[in-house]
Amino acid sequence: MRLVSKDLLGIEKLTREEIELILETAQKLHEIHSRDIKKVPTLRGKTVVNLFFEGSTRTRTSFEIAAKRLSADTINFSASSSSLSKSETLIDTARSIGAMLPDVIVVRHNQAGTPEMLSRMVKSSVVNAGDGAHEHPSQALLDLLTVKEKKGRFEGLKVAIVGDIAASRVARSNIYGFTKMGAEVRVAGPPTMLPPHIEQLGCKAYTNVREAVVDADVIMMLRIQMERHSKLLFPSIREYSRLYCLTPEILDLAKENAVIMHPGPINRDVEISSEIADGPYSVILEQVTNGVAVRMAILYLLAGQRSN
Amino acid sequence: MWIVNGRLIDPRNRIDGEHDLLVDDGRIAAVAPRGEGDREGQRIDASGKWVVPGLIDMHCHLREPGHEYKESILTGTRSAAAGGFTSVACMANTDPVNDSPAITEFILGKARREGVVNVFPIGAATRGLAGESLAEIGQMKEAGIVGVSDDGNPIMDSGVARRVFEYAKMFHLVVISHCEDRNLVGRGVMNEGLVSTRLGLTGVPTQAEEIMVARDILLAEMTGVRLHIAHISTAGSIRMLRDARDRGVDVTAEATPHHLTLTEEAVTGYRPDAKMAPPLRSEADVRALREAVADGTVEVIATDHAPHSPVEKEVEFDEAPNGIIGLETALPLVLKLVREGALGLERALHALTAAPALILRLDKGHLAEGADADITIIDPDLEFEFDPTRFYSKSRNTPFGGWKLRGRAVRTIVGGRTVFDLELGGIL
Repeated sequence: MRLVSKDLLGIEKLTREEIELILETAQKLHEIHSRDIKKVPTLRGKTVVNLFFEGSTRTRTSFEIAAKRLSADTINFSASSSSLSKSETLIDTARSIGAMLPDVIVVRHNQAGTPEMLSRMVKSSVVNAGDGAHEHPSQALLDLLTVKEKKGRFEGLKVAIVGDIAASRVARSNIYGFTKMGAEVRVAGPPTMLPPHIEQLGCKAYTNVREAVVDADVIMMLRIQMERHSKLLFPSIREYSRLYCLTPEILDLAKENAVIMHPGPINRDVEISSEIADGPYSVILEQVTNGVAVRMAILYLLAGQRSN
Repeated sequence: MWIVNGRLIDPRNRIDGEHDLLVDDGRIAAVAPRGEGDREGQRIDASGKWVVPGLIDMHCHLREPGHEYKESILTGTRSAAAGGFTSVACMANTDPVNDSPAITEFILGKARREGVVNVFPIGAATRGLAGESLAEIGQMKEAGIVGVSDDGNPIMDSGVARRVFEYAKMFHLVVISHCEDRNLVGRGVMNEGLVSTRLGLTGVPTQAEEIMVARDILLAEMTGVRLHIAHISTAGSIRMLRDARDRGVDVTAEATPHHLTLTEEAVTGYRPDAKMAPPLRSEADVRALREAVADGTVEVIATDHAPHSPVEKEVEFDEAPNGIIGLETALPLVLKLVREGALGLERALHALTAAPALILRLDKGHLAEGADADITIIDPDLEFEFDPTRFYSKSRNTPFGGWKLRGRAVRTIVGGRTVFDLELGGIL
């Protein structure tokens, strides 16, 4: 079995079978991490370009390590995030990078839809590494893999996602991913952070975090963006954390072995108390490790299989 | 010159039938039922075609002066002629802004020398479209403007809007209002709803338009100015418009062919050619808009022809400028709506001819004896495909490329002179 599209632009467009394929492939590739020499020749001669219009150390590093462990050549290309502030337009950037004939272009951009626009302009596979408030598919896939390892199943699980849902690409990708796999997804945040008609994506929306985490098997806390236009979404960090910070008291409402996740980087004691972030139920660091395996699977399925 | 054997449709004079038209010295010299009298001299055979008053677009952007890389008076009026328009009213957001008689005179002079259709400038309502102080409306009126508008830059300050309305009324000028509350629009780039949530794009709620429609109706009632709402797009705006008209407020409105044809779904795939202000709306809004045009609540269809170069438009969705070109697509899209039963033919043609003429107080838009010989000949059955690379407009920003349509203008006559003839290869 293969992925249908040449690109990975979002979870919305994937079938359940494709998600399973990626997760199973990631699990097989996981074994490489435990080797002494963490490298296989699978993608030798393939080129992966990391095209990051928005700063990101984690995701870029994760993709780079994934590509290198598969022996692909990687090139990092950082560009200014706005076509207005630089002399080259998105089309020209895309065409000139496309003309170098990379096999995969991994794109991060602070504006929704840019990877999809780019995918129409190049023959290479385009992987969305996060676009604005749209999707972050590799993050959702690594979250799914982490939950799969911890819980062994998706069917019937209750997943609570808490934070700025409107601005979060991680939330959108995870809503699609977990609901497709048979889990029940709840999102929670103040009304200023819940986008219109969010429930039509298949989740249930709450403003009270306590209601959202009752009996939850998985709790995912989103990073609060303190820097941008946040004054209209909540009055202060103090008030936000009072209402939405994941504390031991709130965690008590969830199932006993609930898994605690966070896409990172975390704001300690803002959206998640240090006690919980460092506690036994937190899988935050496992998420990071799984990120490499999932990204290896994505690169393998797009670059390795397409030419075979 | 006789135009013979066509179906003459003149909504303003309630004519729809087999009439021939005599054009002499730039004017309509006679309208005669088929078979009455002789038809000597030069003849245009319009068999199988419709002969209608030259179309009038009361809302377009010709971009000159200042943005000639997007469009010019030459290319914009050619685009108009190719779409069947014989008159266009151009908005004031040029560079420099048309907020003084010198710019108005420049546009009219350029139009006389290079334009192929009639050009009627709209003056800015406020100086520099800044929404702060009055533009020289009186002197621009003397120079030839037919209305005032800060189109594209809604006047947020209600105190300023009130003074504009009061002042424009003294000159019997219509105020054309682009109704959007800029604070409520915020960073929004498309209609707010399920589609914006799915795409992760910031939404513009319908209320952003409706709040301003409500305000402007109240101010029009207060000041007695003639108010025209540009590109109305929501069911809520239409409800308020209908109510105001029922109460006798002097308010009219226009709908664009794209707001009548497309929904917010067109944004899927992040197509910048589906980005405009106000944004494409929901199916329910489109339904309400069609009904409002069909029953005459919205009297005018206007293009909001807004050319942009690919360098500006084919960029990240958030950064793409608003608007699409429309002069060459408007009539075929309207005829499609007619064929689908959304609008009556007479109503549709009225919206493209008599209605804008009455609002702008132009002695045009009908074909009575003595009227200007601005005439459009339409082949209702001609099948063709929109090919933006062959448009006369300098720009290509349209979501309708590749659409297969039936019915278009095949000949455009301005002041008795044919400026566009499809059979002879286009613009003459």
